[in-house]
Amino acid sequence: MLKGHQTWLFDNKPVILSTGVVGGPFEAEGPLAEDFSLLHGDIYVGQKSFEKAEQKMLEEACEIAIRDAGLEKTDIQFFFSGDLMNQDISSSFTARTLAVPYLGIFGACSASMEGLAMSALLVNSRAARYVLCGTSSHNAAVEKQYRYPTEYGSQKPPTAQWTVTGAAAALLGPEGRGPKVTSATLGRVVDMGLSDPFNMGAAMAPAAADTITAHFRDRNIRPEEYDLIATGDLGIVGHDILRDLLIKHRMGISEKILTDCGLLIYDREKTPLVMAGASGCACSATVTYGHILNRMKKGELRKVLIVATGALLSPISYQQNESIPCIAHAVSIEYEA
Amino acid sequence: MSNKKKKKLTPTQQEYHDFAKMREPKRPILKNCLWAFFVGGFICLLGQIIQNFFLWNFEFNERTAGDPTVAILILISVILTSIGVYDHIAQRAGAGTAVPVTGFANSIASAAIEHRSEGYVLGSGSKMYKLAGSVITFGVVAAFVIALIKTTITLLGGS
Repeated sequence: MLKGHQTWLFDNKPVILSTGVVGGPFEAEGPLAEDFSLLHGDIYVGQKSFEKAEQKMLEEACEIAIRDAGLEKTDIQFFFSGDLMNQDISSSFTARTLAVPYLGIFGACSASMEGLAMSALLVNSRAARYVLCGTSSHNAAVEKQYRYPTEYGSQKPPTAQWTVTGAAAALLGPEGRGPKVTSATLGRVVDMGLSDPFNMGAAMAPAAADTITAHFRDRNIRPEEYDLIATGDLGIVGHDILRDLLIKHRMGISEKILTDCGLLIYDREKTPLVMAGASGCACSATVTYGHILNRMKKGELRKVLIVATGALLSPISYQQNESIPCIAHAVSIEYEA
Repeated sequence: MSNKKKKKLTPTQQEYHDFAKMREPKRPILKNCLWAFFVGGFICLLGQIIQNFFLWNFEFNERTAGDPTVAILILISVILTSIGVYDHIAQRAGAGTAVPVTGFANSIASAAIEHRSEGYVLGSGSKMYKLAGSVITFGVVAAFVIALIKTTITLLGGS
């Protein structure tokens, strides 16, 4: 089970039985549109507010995951979820709808892999049979809470990122066909003193580097073991910094293997509005549970490592001139056809 | 980041700062300045045209024509904000759209639209000034200080 300092090996290999991936109108125009289970044309998703829209998408993602696994809500023992809204409202309100025993988590944009790691731990240790984990984010709701009103005319620097509107959920079970969760490395909080909320990539890159080096140290394997290592939402700025940081730590990872979910979901050349790339809880979750798992099922990838990164700031901490503490959690997924 | 803040960093953090700085894309300052200059200038030109329109067609003088001109500019800004266009222009124009009165109108209108979901009293009504509030506060403070200086000079026999 515990391997090295901060890594869990899941000997019973919990299976991702199904996933539900929901996206908004902007995601529908992106290159990964095909990998979503459901796409909405309306940013309000037919709801009255952005916050309700986010909750609706998370509910839909959970429903799709449960339905596709051929299960009922009552079969699920536990539900892990986290999001970016104050007091985790999207997750808690979704748990109210699901009426499943619920554990709310907060890891900012790392919530996707935090939830997956915890779910895998429960299933692996037989503390539960079926566990659902989900996460969501909504571009306008996040802008409203962390930055300025959506229609406010402020000029964003080229290091800024675009929060994904979407939600994704994964359902884990002890056996069955599907990608298997094999290990998880939980990260430390790393703060390199950066305080610009319009440059999250640079703030989060050291946390990603810390968790990645810890993962390979604990498991005593080389990065080449994986067909793909995808960070959560570093964007182009953080991605370039991470690549160079890893080289500095003598763990250079080839460009063919190392990628970032924040660079995959949108076409940065066609939509310069996204600036450095995508971010948000739903970024790593939708890309992993949609695009990456689909590629694994097609046989293009066998072993992947997802390193979801999170910036643990609040609007108040930023206004009080605090720096941005960051975290990254890594989960390895394997698929054998 | 200011030097004062930098001093608080540990040597490792400092090293990373420089490491990251080298890899970050810079803000295109010259391009931004040119955009701000021309868009800001265009808004002023538009204001002048509207003012002249009022001067020539109605019984306004140079001083009184300012009021309806500002009202029209605010109206245009609010309409552009509510149809979701103003923020896209501002991404290019920066200070060009932020500094004129249109920017002030946009900050109030955008906040009012944003917080509509919390109702008229707790939402739009109170939160529409969340960005403009500090402009109003410090505008009043600055005006008071200037008035105080002017009054003092006048009392001391200046003109």
